[in-house]
Amino acid sequence: MTAGTAVLGAPRSSSLTSFFRVLFVGGIIVYRALFNWIRPAIYIPTMLGSPLFQILFFANLGKYSGVGDTNFFVVGNAVQVCSMSAIYGATMTLANERYFGTLAQLLATPANRAALFLGRTLPVIANGLLVSVFGFIVGALFLDFSMPASQIPALALVVTLTVVSCTGFGMMLGSIGIRARDVFFASNLAYFLMLLMCGVNIPIDSLPGWMQAISKALPLTHGIAAARLLASGETLGSVAGLIRTELLIGATYGFLAFALFRYFEASSRKYASLDRF
Amino acid sequence: MRSQGRAEVPAHRVILANWLFSMKSLTKSSFFVLVTVLQPLIFSTIAFFMFKSGGRPGSLLYAALGAGLMGIWSSTLFGSGGLIQWERFQGTLELLIASPSQFMWILVGSTLATSTLGLYSVAGTLLWGAVAFDIPLELAHPALFVLALPATVIGLGTLGLVLASTFVLYRHANALSNLLEYPVWLVTGLLVPVSLLPGWAAPLGWILSPTWGIKAIRYSALGGNPVPALLATVGLSVAYLVIGTRFIAYFERRAREDATLALT
Repeated sequence: MTAGTAVLGAPRSSSLTSFFRVLFVGGIIVYRALFNWIRPAIYIPTMLGSPLFQILFFANLGKYSGVGDTNFFVVGNAVQVCSMSAIYGATMTLANERYFGTLAQLLATPANRAALFLGRTLPVIANGLLVSVFGFIVGALFLDFSMPASQIPALALVVTLTVVSCTGFGMMLGSIGIRARDVFFASNLAYFLMLLMCGVNIPIDSLPGWMQAISKALPLTHGIAAARLLASGETLGSVAGLIRTELLIGATYGFLAFALFRYFEASSRKYASLDRF
Repeated sequence: MRSQGRAEVPAHRVILANWLFSMKSLTKSSFFVLVTVLQPLIFSTIAFFMFKSGGRPGSLLYAALGAGLMGIWSSTLFGSGGLIQWERFQGTLELLIASPSQFMWILVGSTLATSTLGLYSVAGTLLWGAVAFDIPLELAHPALFVLALPATVIGLGTLGLVLASTFVLYRHANALSNLLEYPVWLVTGLLVPVSLLPGWAAPLGWILSPTWGIKAIRYSALGGNPVPALLATVGLSVAYLVIGTRFIAYFERRAREDATLALT
């Protein structure tokens, strides 16, 4: 009773320790519980197998259509496949709270909301990076993808920032999933639209004006462009503008995601719609 | 009692009733709307832009038909691959197997529905191509095109029966479906000619009905002789039906013997 009172009575962000505990330990526990594809039997075919064949498919389609060289498709798709984690994974870590019936318990806790929210993004980002690295390895092994070894650290930085940015977008979809009935429809649609609009397989300037306008407001677009320039030997400084734009877009989606999370939390309490479908 | 029940309900009525029921329920699923309508439109748009900017504008009808067939494969793969496990999950598998109608015919109706649903993809990509990219639909052999389309749907539907009966051995059928979407698009030459792939890829495509279905459809639409490919599609459909029947009978017997029918 006394202990319970102490916990309940504590301010929400009483100490830095509890903040980081929720951020790191909570984030990992949540990921293990809510990311549906974490078992090797599902992870390997879905998170590694599907990206592998996506890269092979589009590289061959590119070869046939004559749009660009193999490097164009390997870099575009290897960066884009991070959204297997950044879109689907991020959506699951938020929306599955509701699907699995744990949302009410979660929101009843006094845990710091920023830690709760940000903690979910860390495993998603790590996993997205892993999938992208796997994509580049696939390109090197099966499609003769090559780039100067000296560019690898800069490329790694850009891919990491792009995964972070894309995770912001995924968290926004996840926040909507706290209220929406079928957010996974939106996640699937977003994944495929990114293939079309983010310059993954089609040069942006080949798209109609309205699609170009949308693509400039999406994550991945500027990250992929920067990654392609780095892979072709450009310096990190020359892509600084693209990186800044990618981060700004990611931060905007991330901020929007947290605002939606808090809004849906408050309105769910108000309208008693936490577990309602 | 069971054999009397079977005699009362002819196979074609069981297939038709289940086909209709499955069509209605799948059409209302947002996932299948995505797989059969939106995803093929997105992929066909990607192919249109790639072919246009790569200097292959004459291939746009080729791309539209290929993207449509990709939709039929996706619908069959996701619909049929997880069919038995979906029935298990819903708790209806025992009821279906215990019903007087043969389980085999019930499944045939469902798997045919998943491939039929893919016709939305073909219609959608052709219409989208005509409206957004001015691709004229001028068919070289219209009568054969009308024959090739249902033959391909049946070819994929019966392939779906083989998927339904084999995927049941794998607990995570959806993961297997996620894995197999792109490779089959590749080895069956739906958008990319198989000649671009390594030599060992072509024989894999020969045993898959989409390879022959797309040839029959393309030759009847763009010119060429679609009859051999049409016959190959029909021949494979019969082979899939025989294989599927054996697998289903084996699965049903094992599940009854081991009492694992309801285990997910």
